[in-house]
Amino acid sequence: MAFLQAVAKKGETSTKRRSLLPYLLLLPGMVWLIFFFLLPILTLVSTSTKTPGLGIGEFDQTYRFANFWDALVNSHTQFLRSFVYAGIATFAALLIAYPLAYAIAFKSGRWKNVLLVLVVAPFFTSFILRTIAWKQILGGQGIGFKALVWLHIVGADSHVTASTFAVIAGLTYNFLPFMTLPLYSSLERIDPRTMEASGDLYANALTTFRKVTLPLSMPGVVAGTLLTFIPAAGDYVNAEILGNPNTKMIGNVINSRYLQIVDYPTAAALSFTLMVAILIVVTLYIRKAGTEDLV
Amino acid sequence: MGDASTSAKGDLKLSNLTKSFGDFIAVDNLDLVIPEGSFFALLGPSGCGKTTTLRMIAGLEEPTAGSIHVGATDITYERPYKRPVNTVFQNYALFPHLSIFENVAFGLRRRGIKDVKEQVDKVLDLVELPHLAERKPNQLSGGQQQRIAVARAIVNRPALLLLDEPLGALDLKLRRQMQIELKWIQTEIGLTFVHVTHDQEEAMTMADTIAVMNEGRIEQMGSPADLYDNPKTTFVANFLGQSNLIKGSIESNGADSLVVNLFGQKIGVPRARSSAKDSSILVGIRPEKLRILPEGEATHGNILPGGVISDVSYIGVSTQYQVEMPWGQELMVFEQNDDGIAPLDKGDRVTLSWEPIFTFGLDGREDATAGSEVHVDEEE
Ligand SMILES: Nc1ncnc2c1ncn2[C@@H]1O[C@H](COP(=O)(O)OP(=O)(O)O)[C@@H](O)[C@H]1O
Ligand SMILES: [Mg+2]
Repeated sequence: MAFLQAVAKKGETSTKRRSLLPYLLLLPGMVWLIFFFLLPILTLVSTSTKTPGLGIGEFDQTYRFANFWDALVNSHTQFLRSFVYAGIATFAALLIAYPLAYAIAFKSGRWKNVLLVLVVAPFFTSFILRTIAWKQILGGQGIGFKALVWLHIVGADSHVTASTFAVIAGLTYNFLPFMTLPLYSSLERIDPRTMEASGDLYANALTTFRKVTLPLSMPGVVAGTLLTFIPAAGDYVNAEILGNPNTKMIGNVINSRYLQIVDYPTAAALSFTLMVAILIVVTLYIRKAGTEDLV
Repeated sequence: MGDASTSAKGDLKLSNLTKSFGDFIAVDNLDLVIPEGSFFALLGPSGCGKTTTLRMIAGLEEPTAGSIHVGATDITYERPYKRPVNTVFQNYALFPHLSIFENVAFGLRRRGIKDVKEQVDKVLDLVELPHLAERKPNQLSGGQQQRIAVARAIVNRPALLLLDEPLGALDLKLRRQMQIELKWIQTEIGLTFVHVTHDQEEAMTMADTIAVMNEGRIEQMGSPADLYDNPKTTFVANFLGQSNLIKGSIESNGADSLVVNLFGQKIGVPRARSSAKDSSILVGIRPEKLRILPEGEATHGNILPGGVISDVSYIGVSTQYQVEMPWGQELMVFEQNDDGIAPLDKGDRVTLSWEPIFTFGLDGREDATAGSEVHVDEEE
């Protein structure tokens, strides 16, 4: 009897210890989130309703919620543009990355690891440097520009940099690995026998792709599009380096409000609005992706 | 879709079918006719080329040489989705994102069949799982997934159903039950089944015809009883059930019967049942055909005296003896426990005997142990 009680007690303490463990494991992440996410957000929100004080860079809390309205009235064009550019870039990245990920997952044989390293290789140099490189490549003497001319996509006297095309191309290029990797990992998880089974059940290659491969890779499509769309919508580097005044995105506005005009409240209001807008778009998208509608 | 090959009917004929991967020959010059409507088993140890053979028939692997016909239609290089063939895959390969209903309906929808619901319901009834139609595959047990894999294939009424170790992942009891069900389904719908397995008992209970495959080649083909009674190679003798194989030499060659010297004892072997090529012979007797008697008791037929029982295991319906013979070989004897006499004991001196007609003869130069070790490795 005593033995049984001892056993029961031992079981109890060990479940207790086990039930504490998840919280212990969560602790570093929670601390990180509180200091580097929650506190900045709170500061951001509180800054967004301040008004200018006496000195430059000094602001008083006046709970002026009209800051949001003013910011939107002034910058709605760039806002909309950000979402359109990010949307197009995400779609373009999906079109490029899907065949790439598919080939790496199913057709690359022993080259698989080499190709995966190549996909992430651009990360070995800085984001800004790569974007500046694209400016060279697409510039009047760049090989990218010459290739486009040779392909008769653009005329020899036109210029490709400082354009909408260049900004979207830059966004597409810079976020391509974020699209490719999740796609690859979800394609690679597909049991190739399900595709063989589809062929065995009278589906040709295209139908097999539509009915089996694509639906089974949807988790990767969703993850990849989110990982591309979210940073692309908030990006300012590509529009800064590859764009012109008419291709400014919301990131550029926030950047100049903050650093050049030193208008912290407007910058904060725009940042917060951007965050909420992205959150809404993403939520709607995931809702939709959870159903079969996207396929 | 009205395609000549999708609607092809008739016997399946493999001619000189060969598949190599690099310089490794996985399937070696296979010649085989599988009659329409039969339950055919391809039996062999793992790695002998069974799956590769099925994959070539299904169109998932291109043969290196040879041809495949269904009836008069050559389907050797036909695309898989144009063949009158459906496969039950080794691990089922159900579509994880589709409901059970849609899994089964997949082939019908691709062919634009009209009464999908009716046909799917019917086949789900046949496999006795109509209540699972709305579930996803990962919500089913192994046995249920297995039945759905069968349903998904047979709903299309292919000329030929290929089953690649369909019961391999199931536990023994479920496997026995599914063997009976699959056999029943086959008789019910009358399709040609080509069933691949490494389980000889499974092949014996289910198939009309068995082809025993070893290292990419067919060793022997025939009805289960024929293969069991008249094995032509040591591999077949050992792989299908158990055999005692004793080395001997042929002393005289009569019209119906050979006289063979087994370590000094003269025994008779029916001439028709010997595949010895010269005087060197392996004499085979199935363990249940041997009689075991205490030394000195009178007996008849072929006789081998001088054995000593080295092991006894009593297993209810029968008793299994290991008997060490004077030349050092251990022979196996299965005795039915139907005579009310207490089993003999370890160490007893015994005489073995059997009726000459139960003897078969194999080429004496073959490896007497071929095909005997594989069973042990395969048992899960
Ligand atoms: N794609 C392949 N590439 C190389 N070797 C293979 C391939 N597929 C099968 N093999 C080899 O062919 C032999 C037969 O394989 P398989 O047909 O799967 O055997 P079984 O189904 O009888 O177990 C095995 O030795 C296997 O390693
Ligand atoms: Mg196999």
